[in-house]
Amino acid sequence: MLIPCPYCGSRDIGEFVYRGDATPLRPALDAEEAGPAMFAYVYLRDNPAGLHEEHWYHAQGCRNWLVVTRNTLTHDIPSARLAAPIAGGGSA
Amino acid sequence: MTRYSIFQLAAKALSGHKGWETAWRDAAPRDGYDVVIIGGGGHGLATAYYLAKVHGITNVALVEKGWIGGGNAGRNTTIIRSNYMLPGNTPFYEFSMKLWEGLEQELNYNAMVSQRGVLNLAHTDAQRDAYARRGNAMRLQGVDAELLDLDAVRRLAPFLNYDNARFPIKAGLLQGRGGTARHDAVNWGYARAASALGVDIIQNCAVTGFLRDASGAITGVETTRGAIRASKVGMSVAGHSTRVAAMAGLRLPIESHALQAFVSEGLKPIIPGVITFGAGHFYISQSDKGGLVFGGDIDGYNSYAQRGNLPTVEDVCEGGMALMPMIGRARMLRSWGGIVDMTMDGSPIIDHGPIPGLYLNAGWCYGGFKATPAAGWCFAHLLATDTAHETAAAYHLDRFATGYLIDEKGQGAQPNLH
Repeated sequence: MLIPCPYCGSRDIGEFVYRGDATPLRPALDAEEAGPAMFAYVYLRDNPAGLHEEHWYHAQGCRNWLVVTRNTLTHDIPSARLAAPIAGGGSA
Repeated sequence: MTRYSIFQLAAKALSGHKGWETAWRDAAPRDGYDVVIIGGGGHGLATAYYLAKVHGITNVALVEKGWIGGGNAGRNTTIIRSNYMLPGNTPFYEFSMKLWEGLEQELNYNAMVSQRGVLNLAHTDAQRDAYARRGNAMRLQGVDAELLDLDAVRRLAPFLNYDNARFPIKAGLLQGRGGTARHDAVNWGYARAASALGVDIIQNCAVTGFLRDASGAITGVETTRGAIRASKVGMSVAGHSTRVAAMAGLRLPIESHALQAFVSEGLKPIIPGVITFGAGHFYISQSDKGGLVFGGDIDGYNSYAQRGNLPTVEDVCEGGMALMPMIGRARMLRSWGGIVDMTMDGSPIIDHGPIPGLYLNAGWCYGGFKATPAAGWCFAHLLATDTAHETAAAYHLDRFATGYLIDEKGQGAQPNLH
């Protein structure tokens, strides 16, 4: 698998560390129903067979966090973007 | 079911081996059963057998989307052992070990159960202490364990690299009763025995949804071969648990991951038991055909592809070379992958589903094969009695909410680290 890192170009997955599904959002602790929401955030996953948006950390490259779109059935990677927008208006 | 025996072999030989029956009936689905088991792997087949044998529940259908034993049950590295530490785990795996010890007689099938020993190597003083702790925990729970010093390891496995300055071998934890079993034979043995007791084994039958009644309870399954009613549906589908649970609107604390396995060309006997590397994830044994059967870590990312990628292949081979450079010139014959249900604490789930009528056997991570007999027994017990078997009492789905996690590796809610 090759990840198209926006900074470094197409790089082997050996340069990256996998975190997991990028779509869960950490709930505010003071919200209504914060307990069940935090439980779902920490423990429950969609784990789809097909396109998956996931976090990879480019540990041996630019050390950015990326959101990579990857097909979990075929390992095809159509796209990757930086997880956080760059301060100063740049984006990838 | 004709009993296999030396007399049968002799009698059939006289007729040119033309009289053998097929080992199990390739059944067609009926409209309804008492229990439907989803998944024709080792666990599903064992569950079907024990439902019939132990509980007398024979009106059972097992539906498998492909051919039985075609998933992880046919892809593992065949290791059986019960060298776990935590009280939630050790009794279960030891129960499984005892079932392994009687399995071939129970099933009248040669599953090639070989208790050749499982040796875990330690490479630092701290690791030796950790293995001493695990060995003592095993012995306190009635399981065999020996802590070997360097000389004893050297006598057992003289071919290891004892000159490795980076990963010196300091000690080993040995479970003498651990070993290997031939995975395909385990599947076929359970299938033959279950079918003979009346279980319908239905292949090429994929579940596409659940039948529900007005209250939302599960009343059967929809499949590619028609609807099948049942008052109890047990899912036992390894890495596909998320996909089947989603058909009932459930989300699970599971990520599906790729686990690779490898076999070398056939070699003369060089590795007598199962050996695991302590400084990296690598384990190896030698099959009776002579191939070295080995594996290592999961690849580490969500996958349903049944194959992995090169970085893990390199990592596994590097571990092998660090441990036993003698294998360096052997050719790798074949590599493949399975789909494993990695849970958020690395331990399995055998429990009622949150929906009435649905039962879960899931989350086996990379340790499902050794658990085959006990998982089948305990899942059958749950399906038959609606109570948890005493050895599986800790495997509740709600433990993630209640805090009763069984985290052998101490890695927390990160599935790919377990």
